[in-house]
Amino acid sequence: MSSILFRNAQLVCPEGGISEGDLLVQGDTIAGVGQIDAPADAEVVDVSGKVLAPALIDLGVFAVDKGACRFGGIARVGLMPDQSPVLDDPGIVRRAAVSGKPQLWVHPLAAATRGLEGVDLAEIAINASAGARAIATGRHWIANAGTMRKALLYARDLNLTVVAHAEDGGLADGAVATAGETAARLGLPSAPAIAEALAIARDLMLAEETGAKLHFRQVTTAAGFDLIRAAKRRGVPVTCGITPAHLLLSDIAVSDFRTFARLSPPLRDESDRQAALAAVVDGTIDVIASGHDPRGPEAKRLPFADAEPGMAGAETLLALSLTLVRDGRLSLDKLFALLAAHPAKILGLESGLLKPGLPADLIVLDPETPWVIDARKMNARAGNTPFDRLPTQGRVLQLYKGGTLV
Amino acid sequence: MHTSDHRPGAQIQGSAVFPHRHLTGISGLQPHEIMFLLDEAEQWVEANRSRAKSDKRLEGLTQINAFFENSTRTLLSFEIAGKRLGADVVNMHAAQSSVKKGETLIDTAVTLNAMRADVIVIRHASSGAVRLIADKVDCPVLNAGDGWHEHPTQALLDALTIRRRRGSVAGQRVVICGDILHSRVARSNILALTALAAEVRVVAPSTLMPPAMDRMFVTPFTDFDAALEGADVVMMLRVQNERMAGGYIPSTREFHMRYGLTPERLARAKPDALVMHPGPMNRGVEIDSIVADHPERSAITEQVEMGVAVRMACLDVLTRRSRGVEGWA
Repeated sequence: MSSILFRNAQLVCPEGGISEGDLLVQGDTIAGVGQIDAPADAEVVDVSGKVLAPALIDLGVFAVDKGACRFGGIARVGLMPDQSPVLDDPGIVRRAAVSGKPQLWVHPLAAATRGLEGVDLAEIAINASAGARAIATGRHWIANAGTMRKALLYARDLNLTVVAHAEDGGLADGAVATAGETAARLGLPSAPAIAEALAIARDLMLAEETGAKLHFRQVTTAAGFDLIRAAKRRGVPVTCGITPAHLLLSDIAVSDFRTFARLSPPLRDESDRQAALAAVVDGTIDVIASGHDPRGPEAKRLPFADAEPGMAGAETLLALSLTLVRDGRLSLDKLFALLAAHPAKILGLESGLLKPGLPADLIVLDPETPWVIDARKMNARAGNTPFDRLPTQGRVLQLYKGGTLV
Repeated sequence: MHTSDHRPGAQIQGSAVFPHRHLTGISGLQPHEIMFLLDEAEQWVEANRSRAKSDKRLEGLTQINAFFENSTRTLLSFEIAGKRLGADVVNMHAAQSSVKKGETLIDTAVTLNAMRADVIVIRHASSGAVRLIADKVDCPVLNAGDGWHEHPTQALLDALTIRRRRGSVAGQRVVICGDILHSRVARSNILALTALAAEVRVVAPSTLMPPAMDRMFVTPFTDFDAALEGADVVMMLRVQNERMAGGYIPSTREFHMRYGLTPERLARAKPDALVMHPGPMNRGVEIDSIVADHPERSAITEQVEMGVAVRMACLDVLTRRSRGVEGWA
């Protein structure tokens, strides 16, 4: 069995905090953390001055994109069911689960309803045995409250989390922007921001009543955070996520009809962005994810309302999230809770920490390295980033999946 | 003297007075640039009324009117404007049925560019489509209406109509009534009229009012009668039938009851208030015939006349660089 000893690292663990030390990998597993004597056969890697942290677990991507994940230090992804074909059948789920191996582990989020149509329950238990780690409503909410309740009840029986999209379709369908000055000036179909809180309020009540675990993939408004904050206090088993774009950009980024800034949910008003930053700091937000959705010119080089939503976010997830650390809002170990430990927990994975016995999914990171995001030179399958030409900091030097250098 | 009557354009020479390559919207134009276009249009009003209307300044230039959405009067107006300036005018009808929505827009733009158009006029059903094309071609692009976004020449012709009939745009109380939410005419007019220091009131049922109207420096009203008090200009917008299907208003007769411009309602405005409509009108829905056809009050046919003059001015100004006009090349 091969072993690697990382020496003189700045160890960053969501549980263990930040410390100087070594980390020993044996085979595909973390064997020791702290001050360690090198075993005779170990390959010693000196990482002085660098951060050694858990590899990222990106919860809720729309494409398996190995190049982008490797660049971004992502070892595992939770794959949304909105694939072609939809992840609602064990054969399709099983194929998706192995589609990134060995370097990228794909954890399918199976469709909650057949074809994601929001009508009939999919074969949730069979899909779970085929490798699904959670079920999801997809890009849209389940409009029928009765169907959503059944999905939650059924998922609770199987101890699976339901990953929900928080937008009331009655308000949000057809809208491409949040209601406000930007949408009014550009003449874009818009939905009021409360479309999100309406969906959250309904699903929180259903989760509270059924006792099912519920994760809102992206929450982006002040009203939404207030509801989740209060529900957590009541002990409702709810978690939520956000993307760096919703933390760093407001709907002003949509001016000039920039389709790379067309996202779902849409970029919000500045006051909602400020509320999102506060919600990251106070722990209301559990997960930062990329929402990775690479889209080529055929989907993006269109008039704004005709373009598809989504951004290529995997390779910029870590660097943009590090902004929160540089701005003093989060410590580095807290950030890795949002990027690795919490997503692992939601997916029921033993991972996301620097802890003996866990898989050696690791990154060596220089959090200071400056670089410029360039849409034309992305490792992702498409360069649709709203952060084009933004100077940023923090680069993954090495990514290990199960003790193997990717 | 009102601020918008100030004309730095009178002192500035050549392209510095209008430094824009395209006309994609009123947004981004300075008040004096709008005034410059209106001043340029005045000469064409007079020329169009004379017997010999042709001018040769655009001779040898190709003007393509690319209309991705059906239009009769705007297309005709741009065609006449181009022909009166001597341009070779070609119309491309590519209504949504034949060119599937958005799909080949960039390809179409590249094709038009390869045909060496000298100026392209575009109408499209999607907000932002004209800007998208403007970024891909080498010649000036004129927006003839994009989605709910802008229809700048309509706003210019409306401002010219108001200025000629009321002496100035500045200080006028202009009431815009109808489907503000889906109206590019309303958006461009709000931007142009507020830039020229008019007091703008917008009137619609709340289902047809865009968000954040106060941020655009206009006063929103749901009560038409209240908004009409002391109005100098009443601008009615067309109610489109698909808004009934979308559930924005219950019926045309209910809309007429609350927002139809009747002679009784018009009496609340100033005695000499001007009535405007971008056309085509739904008589008996948003406007009564007796008001629309009022010989002194209605400026509706004059708006059509001003439309040709304004479009001639825009075509002239935007092609000055490529024509090598002194001070513009």
